[in-house]
Amino acid sequence: MSIRQNPQPTRLPDFYNLGVMLRILLAVNLLAFCAALARNSELARLPGELVELSASVEPTLIASVILLGGLSGLLARMNYVLGVATVTALCAGLTAFLQIVFNPMLFEGVSPSLFRAALLAAIAALAVLFYFNLRNRAYSPALAEARLMALTARIRPHFLFNSLNAVLGVIRSDPQRAERALEELSDLFRVLMAENRELVPFGDEVALCRQYLDLERLRLGERLQVEWDIEACPNDALVPPLMLQPLLENAVYHGVEPSAEPTTIAISAKRHGDEIHIALRNPLPPDDVRHAGNRMALDNIRERLMLFFDLEARLDTERKDGQFCADIRMPYRPKTP
Amino acid sequence: MTEPLRIFIVDDEAPARSRLRVLLTDIANEVPNDIVGEAANGKEALEGLASTPADVVLIDIRMPQMDGIELAHHLSRLEVPPAIVFTTAYDQYAVQAFELNAVDYLLKPVRAQRLAAALDKARRSAPPSREALEKIAPSGRKHLSVAERGRILLVPIVEVLYLKAELKYVTARTREREFLLDESLTHLEEEFGQRFVRVHRNCLVARPAIAGFEKAGIEDGEAHWTVLLSGLEEKLPVSRRQWPTVKAAFTGDDS
Repeated sequence: MSIRQNPQPTRLPDFYNLGVMLRILLAVNLLAFCAALARNSELARLPGELVELSASVEPTLIASVILLGGLSGLLARMNYVLGVATVTALCAGLTAFLQIVFNPMLFEGVSPSLFRAALLAAIAALAVLFYFNLRNRAYSPALAEARLMALTARIRPHFLFNSLNAVLGVIRSDPQRAERALEELSDLFRVLMAENRELVPFGDEVALCRQYLDLERLRLGERLQVEWDIEACPNDALVPPLMLQPLLENAVYHGVEPSAEPTTIAISAKRHGDEIHIALRNPLPPDDVRHAGNRMALDNIRERLMLFFDLEARLDTERKDGQFCADIRMPYRPKTP
Repeated sequence: MTEPLRIFIVDDEAPARSRLRVLLTDIANEVPNDIVGEAANGKEALEGLASTPADVVLIDIRMPQMDGIELAHHLSRLEVPPAIVFTTAYDQYAVQAFELNAVDYLLKPVRAQRLAAALDKARRSAPPSREALEKIAPSGRKHLSVAERGRILLVPIVEVLYLKAELKYVTARTREREFLLDESLTHLEEEFGQRFVRVHRNCLVARPAIAGFEKAGIEDGEAHWTVLLSGLEEKLPVSRRQWPTVKAAFTGDDS
């Protein structure tokens, strides 16, 4: 299952964007060129016709682009249908207005030529919006994937160097333990460096987390205690890759490392009908000063949940009674064999 | 042949300590050394070092209970303070601060050659000054240290009810007893301004220790106030100049 199954809602283009402005100018001129071509049987008269046409089209077009650019903020807040209607009406209205201002001779009541100009402007506006809609559909999954790649969880350098130091610390006294740690480290980095665009089975994520925790146990020994309560969650439930590991890393960093006593991280996962609930709890030291960096990992997970499940998934966190609680709710999607 | 360097290792992670032990053995020919003790945090280290003095202390920065910077602070109060070399895995800010204040540090994983060089340097140079340490960790200490009969006593900041300047010394009052500090009140106010409020020219009171205020009398038509402390009979006078600040601090924060 990939990100493509969750298209972003259709939206108007950002009219304040220079690229968008340029595309509008090009598209409308192309339309005008086609119109000129259709109206003429003789190729020789085409240049003259084109000059005449641009004289009437360009001022209106440039005025429309400026108007839409100015109103971009307002338009961005409208829903798509209302936005399309507004943009079309604005273009038609502006065209009619400019016709009246600059060609008062033609103005005799609602003349047919005025009506025709407004209608042409409306059609051009709709055509351009249709083009943007198609373009949006073609490109937005790519954008989402690019965002997803950029969001791939980053491990704390602190963890890498401490782990390497720990491996070096046991390499002479317990070479087998050192070997195991290096194997775990390489597995972890293989996942971290992968593209991670596809959802993975919950069971795989848990296996990765256990490897990660085993590595941390090498450094922290008995200080790191973990309680798993995940029997009620099917292993085939699909979750974003590296959803749980960064939460555990946070818990180790903020909860276990600052305490000299054994500290327990509790992880539970359950299926409730169509939903999966995952909860993580870890005690916080009373005088926790390591706030920085915490938000980033959480925002990262939150945004990836959003990219995969849109509004169906959420991550809530709170500090309560000296504990840090992270709760994830997401739709249950079993892996299809 | 010089005397072997007496070395004390402080790190909360057992493999990190064992790594340093191995490296110290490896470089023993180059830099003769003798590991006199180990500790898993700052508190243990102070206890250990009280009975077994060392020439150089290798200190990890991130440790539970008492971190490396605070430990270095307290060690600087010893009569013969040991040289200090910090170790850290990855801490941009700390490393930057070390560079700026010329405090020696080793990056983990530590290399044998780098360790030998650091020990060599530490043997010859003075331990980091208190000012340098303060610049490294502006967040402040969790304990005050008091030199008493050749030992270092730690007074947790959270237990101090008030700090009072008297003639030559500053006394820190806890529920149980008083401690004599050799630090200035101004300096303490700067470092612990978050927790303490100045009630008088010579006195800082811990905000959580304030139980209330009592009118002590009227002078020149203005009321005189004293601070009531929780868990202590003693009342402390509030100077007229400080009264508005103290009142605001107390009503603004009722935790």
